[in-house]
Amino acid sequence: MAVELPDNVLVTRLDALANWCRKNSLWPMPFATACCGIELMATGASRHDIARFGAEVFRFSPRQCDLMIVAGRVVMKMLPVLQRIWQQMHEPKWCISMGACASTGGVFDTYAVVQGIDRFIPVDMYVPGCPPRPEQLIQAIIDLQEQIQRGKGIVSQPGPVDTPKRALLELPVLPVLPAAMGGLPHGAPAVVQQGGQSRGV
Amino acid sequence: MACDAQSPTQPATDTSCPQVVAALGARFDDIQASEFRGQTRVVVPRDSFLAVMRFLRDEQQFDMLVDITCVDYLHYRGAEHRFGLVYLLLGTRHGKRLTVRVYLDEPDLVVPSVVSLWRAADWLEREVWDMFGIRFEGHPNLRRILLPEEFTAHPLRKDYPLQGRGERHNFPVLRRGAS
Repeated sequence: MAVELPDNVLVTRLDALANWCRKNSLWPMPFATACCGIELMATGASRHDIARFGAEVFRFSPRQCDLMIVAGRVVMKMLPVLQRIWQQMHEPKWCISMGACASTGGVFDTYAVVQGIDRFIPVDMYVPGCPPRPEQLIQAIIDLQEQIQRGKGIVSQPGPVDTPKRALLELPVLPVLPAAMGGLPHGAPAVVQQGGQSRGV
Repeated sequence: MACDAQSPTQPATDTSCPQVVAALGARFDDIQASEFRGQTRVVVPRDSFLAVMRFLRDEQQFDMLVDITCVDYLHYRGAEHRFGLVYLLLGTRHGKRLTVRVYLDEPDLVVPSVVSLWRAADWLEREVWDMFGIRFEGHPNLRRILLPEEFTAHPLRKDYPLQGRGERHNFPVLRRGAS
């Protein structure tokens, strides 16, 4: 190489640099609906201190966040709110499903509780536990940081192809729903795809 | 006062009120009363229900409506009626409690509203409507209170499946990169 680099200059890919910046300054959106929220607060408090991983700036405005942490069960009345908040977050954004209820519905296998938020919004990390320890959430953030570092970076690209989740494929086909239950609830924007109509019981 | 006055410092263990039952029996027909462990319960026919409640409030000093709830007796052993409405009354002056019950059968699931007697009945009756689908005639604002408004079923009925009829899956699916 013809050019001599000074000692304090590092050559890297722009994507790697952007990813490195992003992964070390995640701003979580705390969507805490149940007891997992208490563990989420403990994770942010001094004993566990996710400031060590650059994710301590909890913001309650989705416009300022890039990491949604869904902590707790999500009922069907809350899901349109969750989806709206997710859409209000700017790209790039990530989602951690914290705890058994957010991931699968947990013990709440009832008419009112959504059986896993990954049926309706994308999820990057699942944290098992009921509720998970703060260490588990921190591990999820570390894993997510690795995933972000491996990501595509700032190159404009369509999202990854989203194949149907296995759990959705296993559902039995639903008989016809009442007309009042159809349609996009709560004025959901038109960019979303209409799913769910034929989802099972 | 119909019931014996009680010192407010004494714990009210015995809340039964036989005098009220006697007064009710003298005034109305078809009142069935029973007592269990110091708690009095009366079963009232629907036709005289509103008059009974007004009598209890105005002349028996039951000035507080504690709760309204409902029981679905579908497939219940020995049950003669489908639904049993339960009204829990308390007289804050005399410390007595009374349980008033009304039985209902399909398809005529209508009962007079008591919002005009106790304002507390507003949300309680909306909850019973939401969960059991019993209409309260004369309620000023009988809408769902817990479930979303587009919900069509009444999920605490025993013939409603616990896991619902697909309501919890009936949402648009957001995918990454779509917005």
